[in-house]
Amino acid sequence: MSKVTDRSRDIGPFVPGPDDDMIICRCEEITKGEIRQAVHDGMWNMAEIRRYLRCTMGLCQGQTCGKLVKGIVASELGIRPNELEFQTSRAPMRPTEMHVFANEEEAKIK
Amino acid sequence: MNPDVIIVGAGIIGNSCAYYLTKKGYKVLVLEKSDIIGDGGSSRNGGGVRQSGRDPRELPLAMYGIENLWPTLSEELDSDVEYHKEGNLRLGKTEEHLKILEGLANRAQACGLDVHMIDGDEVRQINPYLSDEVIGASWCPTDGHANPLRATLAYYRAARRLGAQYITGVSVLGLKKVKGKVRQVITDNGIYEADHIVLCNGLGARPVAGTVGIDLPMMSVMLYALVTEAEPPMFNQMLGTAEADFYGHQTNHGSFVFGGSTNFEPVAKDNGTPVIMANAAPCICRGILKYFPMLADAKIVRTWAGWMDQMMDGVPVIDNISEVPGLTIAAGFTGHGFGIAPAVGTVVSELVNGDPTSADISGLKYDRFKTKI
Repeated sequence: MSKVTDRSRDIGPFVPGPDDDMIICRCEEITKGEIRQAVHDGMWNMAEIRRYLRCTMGLCQGQTCGKLVKGIVASELGIRPNELEFQTSRAPMRPTEMHVFANEEEAKIK
Repeated sequence: MNPDVIIVGAGIIGNSCAYYLTKKGYKVLVLEKSDIIGDGGSSRNGGGVRQSGRDPRELPLAMYGIENLWPTLSEELDSDVEYHKEGNLRLGKTEEHLKILEGLANRAQACGLDVHMIDGDEVRQINPYLSDEVIGASWCPTDGHANPLRATLAYYRAARRLGAQYITGVSVLGLKKVKGKVRQVITDNGIYEADHIVLCNGLGARPVAGTVGIDLPMMSVMLYALVTEAEPPMFNQMLGTAEADFYGHQTNHGSFVFGGSTNFEPVAKDNGTPVIMANAAPCICRGILKYFPMLADAKIVRTWAGWMDQMMDGVPVIDNISEVPGLTIAAGFTGHGFGIAPAVGTVVSELVNGDPTSADISGLKYDRFKTKI
């Protein structure tokens, strides 16, 4: 769903917090402070945050930290978390070896 | 207050144009249909920054960018775009492949590019991980790769810092002339006005340009990509093949990003959102493992797809439109726009300014398309 968003809206300055060093995305080791700073760099949704910082791009694909990241981004923007969409889930459901993928043809013959 | 220039489309081309135009002092407004910056081809490509294998008509842009813009881009934009200038290997496994590669190499040499053929042993000296099936390659030492996600958002961030205004979630419905010059951008959120309008909206450029009588002969073609978990650092070259069955590189993060094709591209199903077809990842993995058998146990963590804005002759339109004064088009990049994006932003800022362009774009005119008879 498209929603008109003027990226020049003033969201206030970045104010350092005492828990900025807390690691939120464990796979990619991204901290709360980095996520908050990214919002002030103009990354205003989950897709931009993930492409900018790599959080939710690791082995768990955001299944662990996705909700936390969304909450932090929403709070920094001064909106409700449910106004943000989750990062897109992509196949495969679990990390899958290349030789397993490549075997699809053989399996069909058997 | 009205902007001087409205850019339609916030992919890497639009962001790069926005950056170089604001740097020249223009007041820029960027309109993006999606809620997300750079959600089209800009975040769905292999990250190649290459000159080899390019059409001679767009080669000057690639060479200009690699010579003058890419090496300092991270400093310029104050954001690491993960650029590597460590060469491109285009691999061949059969005599037929080598003939294709020789043809490509000869064409590029004629344009003054250093690209030459090497044999299988020389290939494995450059990249010891390649299988013995590889019997030769074309080697362009000045090619490389960068991170398209970072580079797209780095241009966006830098343009925004210089004062460019971005509005996302706005669909452009058409353009309107006032007193013979293009002036109005009609959207689903009202009318925006500027003296100059630049279309950088890929497939969307065709219907929008159509509202002022200009047709861009392009079609949408789906392309696929996949990424592995992080692996130990192995090599920094960009890789491609004569057959174009896969291409890719290892990122700073350690993961391998690969793209490829399956022959189903012209008939890919449009579900409204670009999702990889079920047969694509298996096909691309089979292609990769013939060249890199040691990646058999590397795990794929994500697959995705994207639509290319493929021009009928395979190169983009980058031009001022003489019938529509004030309109500039930079669209139709056909799946290889990422590597030339910095140069495209530079020449578009020159086109808008009425200056001679830094690179020769005379082969990319909008009125070059002719019927066969």
